[in-house]
Amino acid sequence: MIPINFEYHRPTSITEAVETFQQLQLDGKGPLYFNGGTEIITLLRVNQFYTNTRAVIDIKAIPECCYTGFEDDHYIIGASIPLAQIETMGTFPLLGKNCSRIADHTSRMKITLGGNICGKIKYREAVLPLLLTDSELTIAGPSGQRHVPIHQVFDQHMNLEQGEFIVQIRIPKLFLDVPFTSKKQTKIDRISYSLLTVSAIKTEQQIRFAFSGLCNFPFRSQEMEKALNQCQLSVEERITEAIALLPSPILNDLHGSAAYRTFVLRNTLEETIAELEGES
Amino acid sequence: MKKTIDFTVNNEQKSVQIRSADTLLITLREQLGLTGAKPGCENGDCGACTVLVDDQPMKSCLMLTAETANRSITTIEGLHDTPIQKAFLEHWGFQCGYCTSGFIMNCHALANIHPDANAYEIENWLQSNICRCTGYEEIKEAIMSVLKTKEAGTSG
Ligand SMILES: Cc1cc2nc3c(=O)[nH]c(=O)nc-3n(C[C@H](O)[C@H](O)[C@H](O)COP(=O)(O)OP(=O)(O)OC[C@H]3O[C@@H](n4cnc5c(N)ncnc54)[C@H](O)[C@@H]3O)c2cc1C
Ligand code: FES
Ligand code: FES
Repeated sequence: MIPINFEYHRPTSITEAVETFQQLQLDGKGPLYFNGGTEIITLLRVNQFYTNTRAVIDIKAIPECCYTGFEDDHYIIGASIPLAQIETMGTFPLLGKNCSRIADHTSRMKITLGGNICGKIKYREAVLPLLLTDSELTIAGPSGQRHVPIHQVFDQHMNLEQGEFIVQIRIPKLFLDVPFTSKKQTKIDRISYSLLTVSAIKTEQQIRFAFSGLCNFPFRSQEMEKALNQCQLSVEERITEAIALLPSPILNDLHGSAAYRTFVLRNTLEETIAELEGES
Repeated sequence: MKKTIDFTVNNEQKSVQIRSADTLLITLREQLGLTGAKPGCENGDCGACTVLVDDQPMKSCLMLTAETANRSITTIEGLHDTPIQKAFLEHWGFQCGYCTSGFIMNCHALANIHPDANAYEIENWLQSNICRCTGYEEIKEAIMSVLKTKEAGTSG
């Protein structure tokens, strides 16, 4: 049982959601945007995080948040689309693949794309394809709506202004069907948090890499990409250089020691490079 | 802090007084006396609490009752003599039975939504439920028999 009480609001437009947030904020209710709600519910139940929340604003009845389709040069996915739906959509196979390895199928019927990339959990594997493809986010808030490159607002975490929420994710069409690999390694079971996830795409210029389960947050690193694309060096040398450029210490926890993760990282990078450099 | 929610449960219109913080699992069990949905982990991990919301499987511990206003819920109490219930009996798909209602709801949805599910889809869906008695082979045989029956066109 969730020990605290909170109000539940279900606006049907972006404007109503933002205004509701502002009013609840003024009333001191510490409002939270509520999407799939799975993280909010499970963390509130154990009284961890979100404990000052006295009101939630469910954004799933906002039509824009549930939209999928093409607009100009982008494929748009509403922030409230559940991962299980993305898994079967087939339009962006890399995102479909990453979503299909988050949680289990029934939970994915509820977990949303927006919720995964904004969550507190360190893995957030759905963000990797968005970082690799320089996707944009449509963000709504008290000062209106804006399209923002994901790299501008995502640095370890999604950094939104107070009262803002993500309405849609905009993926450049040109990246939807580029060659890719994505490998999620877990300690034992297929369904588990990631020991290491490496997603990569091949563009005309180079291979891009993004990681989850390696450090305390998901990331894409331009420095590591440069090292890994130095074709004049052996693959082993490139990987050694890239590991020296990690943005933060390698995780050392119950899923795997830092030494084991490094071993798995080396092998996974070798396989990824072999597969994508082999692609014509 | 209580409010009224109207929804359909097992084809009956219901009106319940809830806290907005109540999960569907709590409301079903404690207010409606429908104890077929089981609390296991209450964390989304075990699937014992699975019900159908608008015919889709959902973990009732991961949903607020407030989210289900005007929607249609089916619990194990709403299934009667379905092919999957018979298959669980015929194939010994349970031991202690704690996970059974969750498995049956998920399998029932799979059989209805994907009657021609392939091996990948079956694994993908069924991995949402955990059986502490580890009767997985029997459970798989039960669902396979229903999917095959459906393929043969001999069951609803
Ligand atoms: C059984 C289970 C297994 C899991 N396994 C994995 C896994 O393997 N890998 C993994 O990465 N994660 C996993 N998760 C975690 C899950 O992906 C995250 O907790 C995610 O945040 C849940 O999404 P949601 O839509 O339910 O989010 P919610 O609970 O609705 O929200 C989570 C947070 O994001 C914010 N938020 C949500 N949507 C938006 C938006 N559009 N704009 C701004 N802020 C927003 C909310 O305010 C809140 O702070 C698992 C979760 C469960 C229940
Ligand atoms: S009780 Fe809901 S998944 Fe375990
Ligand atoms: S039959 Fe005992 S938990 Fe599955």
